[in-house]
Amino acid sequence: MAEEIILLDYWASMFGMRTRIALEEKGVKYEYREEDLSNKSPLLLEMNPIHKKIPVLIHKGKPICESIIQVQYIDELWPDTNPILPSDPYQRAQARFWADYIDKKTYVPCKALWSETGEKQEAAKMEFTEVLKTLESELGDKKFFGGNEFGLVDIAFIGFYSWFRTYEEVANLTIVAKFPKLISWAQRCLKRESVAKALPDSDKVLKSVSDHRKIVLGID
Amino acid sequence: MANLPILLDYWPSMFGMRARVALREKGVEFEYREEDFSNKSPLLLQSNPIHKKIPVLVHNGKPVCESLNVVQYVDEAWPEKNPFFPSDPYGRAQARFWADFVDKKFTDAQFKVWGKKGEEQEAGKNEFIEAVKILESELGDKPYFGGDSFGYVDISLITFSSWFQAYEKFGNFSIESESPKLIAWAKRCMEKESVSKSLPDSEKIVAYAAEYRKNNL
Repeated sequence: MAEEIILLDYWASMFGMRTRIALEEKGVKYEYREEDLSNKSPLLLEMNPIHKKIPVLIHKGKPICESIIQVQYIDELWPDTNPILPSDPYQRAQARFWADYIDKKTYVPCKALWSETGEKQEAAKMEFTEVLKTLESELGDKKFFGGNEFGLVDIAFIGFYSWFRTYEEVANLTIVAKFPKLISWAQRCLKRESVAKALPDSDKVLKSVSDHRKIVLGID
Repeated sequence: MANLPILLDYWPSMFGMRARVALREKGVEFEYREEDFSNKSPLLLQSNPIHKKIPVLVHNGKPVCESLNVVQYVDEAWPEKNPFFPSDPYGRAQARFWADFVDKKFTDAQFKVWGKKGEEQEAGKNEFIEAVKILESELGDKPYFGGDSFGYVDISLITFSSWFQAYEKFGNFSIESESPKLIAWAKRCMEKESVSKSLPDSEKIVAYAAEYRKNNL
């Protein structure tokens, strides 16, 4: 493997999915390594001592951490194939703003949606619904968030689509019926090979979370 | 260019200061507008409807929000002078990582040091010292985080130095004894006009923090 790329990842992570998509978009070969988050590998702890999180991209032995940073890195290494960021500074700033918005606003509620119950879960439902409303409004009638071309913001959010069924089931959250533009957008993205390859089956995510809730929360 | 870029800002904000430093590094003249948080301007609310926060840079009538985003935009919109990033993708990724570290780990911790008391403040102090030690280790013996040139990570962190005196006073500790290299780095950065012009006096910040503590704690 000429490029020597290793991706330390977790199959259901919407953050790991971003990096997978970026690598596939560029047609780059890489070695995928599944991490057991309850027993993190020495390599992960060595390559990401600060945050100890996946995904970690290791390129020629050197680590790059944080998914949006990885996506930008990949885009800069292979700029001529399927550019992920636009070339205009203002458009780039807009793309970064929305990727940052997604990161800031989804991390906490999305975790609570599947790992909590009662009031905490209800609060998370309201927060995430607000996010979906904002994103649907921002998308509007565009094909992708950046306009006609698939790009950074699409990559930043599409992984969450594989979790929508889980959120609907375990949190009793209405998504498909309420946000038709986002659903059409997701289906458009899924037509891209990079996305289809990177996203796990929604039912697989649901089963994994349901099993977890059974064991940890005692919920059937 | 008919109109100057406008920076919607708030004088003690370390985030606003980042935008100021970035613009001055590029030698860009701009119109500074002080925002009153109890009465946010129509321009602010219109330019940043999502977060309603400063800084916002309005350039050619179009808004750029979030301080690190503004800094990157300034670097790309005025690329000829004082580039903030190295040219190699790995170096750029590392710069982004460390600025993100400052935002993720340093920001919350420093607020607890000056804005809280009791157990919360103690916890904040420990987090702060840990973050500072990590940053000092990353700096090593380099003159700047960017190496030989002042860059993105330096811009993201230097603005907090105007608050160091406040952290020390209210947190009751010495930053220099925890991380002498960081203090030396801060002094080095302050020699740059872009930095010294953009950061308010430490005493003013201490007074601001004291007022906040009086009203909130």
